Amino acid sequence: MTDGVHDMGGARGFGKVEPEPDEPPFHAAWERRAFALTIAMARPGGWNVDMSRAARESLPPQDYLAKSYYEIWLAGLEKLMAERGLVARDEIEAGHALHPPQPVRGTLSPGDVAQVLYRGAPTAREPTGPARFAVGDRVRTRAVSVPTHTRLPRYVRGHVGVVELVHGCHVFPDSSALGAGENPQWLYAVRFSGRELWGVDADPTTQVSVDAWDAYLEPA
Amino acid sequence: MAHDHDHDHSELSPAQLRVRALETVLTEKGYVDPAALDVLIETYEKKVGPRNGARVVAKAWTDPEYHAWLLKDANPAIASVGYAGRQGEHLVVVENTPRRHNMVVCTLCSCYPWPVLGLPPVWYKSAPYRSRAVVDPRGVLRDFGVELPADTEIRVWDSTSEVRYLVLPMRPAGTDGWSEDKLADLVTRDSMIGTGLPKQPGGAA
Repeated sequence: MTDGVHDMGGARGFGKVEPEPDEPPFHAAWERRAFALTIAMARPGGWNVDMSRAARESLPPQDYLAKSYYEIWLAGLEKLMAERGLVARDEIEAGHALHPPQPVRGTLSPGDVAQVLYRGAPTAREPTGPARFAVGDRVRTRAVSVPTHTRLPRYVRGHVGVVELVHGCHVFPDSSALGAGENPQWLYAVRFSGRELWGVDADPTTQVSVDAWDAYLEPA
Repeated sequence: MAHDHDHDHSELSPAQLRVRALETVLTEKGYVDPAALDVLIETYEKKVGPRNGARVVAKAWTDPEYHAWLLKDANPAIASVGYAGRQGEHLVVVENTPRRHNMVVCTLCSCYPWPVLGLPPVWYKSAPYRSRAVVDPRGVLRDFGVELPADTEIRVWDSTSEVRYLVLPMRPAGTDGWSEDKLADLVTRDSMIGTGLPKQPGGAA
């Protein structure tokens, strides 16, 4: 969705960035397990990255802001599993399986991990037609608020930018998150001046781009 | 099994208890193999991290052909050094110059080029960075102790798709003739996100 609290670009009041010297990949043992459980459950769960993001974004705003990163991952994972009947609430409360498992399409085995990670999940698809825009074209982003998952941040909404890169055709997250198919579309890096986004007093040396699918854009 | 389970439940936080319960339920149901979880964790704690990206940068600094390949077609160039895969399926390398400084953010979540940088640091996933990088990038750079010339263009890349951006920082002066290994030691994680600069020869950051 647009306008959710996860859509943070340009929000004020969050304070300074606080880098941590020599930061470790994880800060607690439970974060390691939460990370690995989330990665490993994608295969039996059958969801894609867009569904995962949509689940995390749909947390109540006060929870999204209060939870740590891996707490958000856990809440998203629990939601995805509950929606599919993979795990019931009483089982998590009990800490043991109480109901028979659902049939799943597979489990990640230790020997598969390296190959699964190396292969990844590419989202580029063969184009079915020519790109509507070329590098240098002026485009305007759609000025709409979307109630379901989308990847157009609100801070670029309705603004005019210039196509800087053409990335090829990619799975469209707005469809993919809903289980409505991949609907691949041309994807572009669209660059906006800081003044276009933030007004005449903005730093004139700032340029910001987002990656935008064809459906997010119109000619300008 | 290399689980981090201790024995006194009363000392565990709610998150620890929740994760332990989930892992037990999912294992009992046959959805996950705990040994695979161990391999996943070991991969991102021991094998995949910013040393990978540093090797790529150092190679680009010393090999003009590789430099051109990396900027034109990053995935095969990076795979040729051995790095590829999850959260780096579609890589684009953006080069810093005296006139242009690149910085990467994901305002919507935490998209980050795992195969070359590992898992993102907490600050990268935090509200302060995600909110300010696109509206006040110079202020964010100051939070990192970085001050750039007033006329340098600050080019921010918001990672809203599955494309992942890696910054190619400028090679520090005074490193003529250095080996790739020695140069790689100057390449920091933050210099490849664009919130920092490479270390200078002689020690200063």
